[in-house]
Amino acid sequence: MASTLNLTLRVWRQDGPDDTGRFDTIEAPGIKDDMSFLEMLDVVNERLIEAGREPITFDHDCREGICGTCSLMIDGQAHGPQRGTATCQLHMRRFADGQTITVEPWRATAFPVIKDLMVDRSALDRIVEAGGYITAETGGAPDANLIPVPKPVADAAFDAAACIQCGACVAACPNGAANLFTAAKVAHLNLLPQGEAERYSRVENMVDVMEDHFGSCTNHGECEAACPKKISIDYIALMNKDYLRAKFKNRRYLSRNP
Amino acid sequence: MAAPTTTPAPARRPGPTRIATPARERRRSPFLVELYRSSVGKKYVMAITGALLMGFVFAHMVGNLKMYLGAAEYDGYADFLRRLLVPILPRTVTLWLMRVGLIAAFALHIHAAYSLTRINHRARAVKYQSRRDYVAATYASRTMRWTGIIITLFLVWHLFDLSWTGTGYRSFYRGAVYENVDASLSRIPVAALYIVANLALGVHLFHGAWSLFQSLGWNNPRFNRWRKWFAYGFSGAVTLGNVSFPIAVLAGVVSR
Repeated sequence: MASTLNLTLRVWRQDGPDDTGRFDTIEAPGIKDDMSFLEMLDVVNERLIEAGREPITFDHDCREGICGTCSLMIDGQAHGPQRGTATCQLHMRRFADGQTITVEPWRATAFPVIKDLMVDRSALDRIVEAGGYITAETGGAPDANLIPVPKPVADAAFDAAACIQCGACVAACPNGAANLFTAAKVAHLNLLPQGEAERYSRVENMVDVMEDHFGSCTNHGECEAACPKKISIDYIALMNKDYLRAKFKNRRYLSRNP
Repeated sequence: MAAPTTTPAPARRPGPTRIATPARERRRSPFLVELYRSSVGKKYVMAITGALLMGFVFAHMVGNLKMYLGAAEYDGYADFLRRLLVPILPRTVTLWLMRVGLIAAFALHIHAAYSLTRINHRARAVKYQSRRDYVAATYASRTMRWTGIIITLFLVWHLFDLSWTGTGYRSFYRGAVYENVDASLSRIPVAALYIVANLALGVHLFHGAWSLFQSLGWNNPRFNRWRKWFAYGFSGAVTLGNVSFPIAVLAGVVSR
């Protein structure tokens, strides 16, 4: 049986990229506890519009945890207090009546605030562009099981491929590092035979672009805890290993005399 | 994810069917320089130099346990270190070679830490304006920079205290290790300083001893669950040993 909550929101409002921004306190009475966090924001926004005020700008799309568009730092945690879910899958029953909830955008130099709670995460696209794909012409669809892949390896690649590129790892990392994101994107191809040919150029190029934008990993493990797909920091170790090998092999300079 | 951009988007590449080219042409450098230029590479350096320093810290603690065997054993051990490999190399040469290695490891460890810290601060120029609620980060992992600074400052004091000049206790005799330790640590504030500094060292070692496995890419389901236990055991043993010395001196167990 649904009950209702009377909440107070402390929401980050910022009129544009160059605005300094501030926290606004907004009362949110009568919130049903079976609403998702985003539905709660929808209700708050409708009321703001009715009152002739500016609604809160926030990112959202699929609202079922698969698109990676929603974000939000809720009470100091990326995607809120629930493990393994995105903000859209977080329900108001996780909160108590009378609670004050602080909502802030992702903070990273590579994620500039566009407006209110919406940030520009296209730096993550730059990393993917550097090698998060396979360049080989694949032709027609091959028969199933034509390329044997051991089941545990396929599972590990699939777990990494679950990354929805939401950027929670960067937001949660005390260093603003994107190592978990990059490691997942590297691993889901590097673990498979199809990705093997570009294994070393991929890791080298992607890590280099990552480092142009983001911080470095100090193994806190906050990213893994914040990840809505529960991607393991084991992949970061894998990326580190492949990066060292790539540098050692020096294939960028293979057959090129100085 | 198609977030609208505030800055004009860079010219798009013609799609993912292009052959991957290096992000940019860089000057070719030796492998190690090339590696150290990246922050992943700097973490390798942190881990390797950290492991060397861990080896030193452990040997230092084990060596100091000799003080429980009495002055003759302890001073004899100190002299033995100076005579390491003596017929092959002259006196103190081996010790100095090891010291040079240690100093290099320290310098690299600190330089890598400093430059990584700067990178990380730049990566989040605007901090969170509300309180963060950490889930996985430990007290140790979040205080690495502070414990590191405490250890460095303590190290300078420690070298003055027991290697170079003494720090104003009775009298400092080079080579009379047992007597110097007893004289210095009999002072309660100094003993307290040693205890605090070694607790900081223990906290620093705990995160380092676990973290180095990740940085070096040593990740295998076979031993992953032992990595944290290794960190507990290692930092615990070193801290226990080191903290016992000032306490033993104060309690009169180690006394001239």
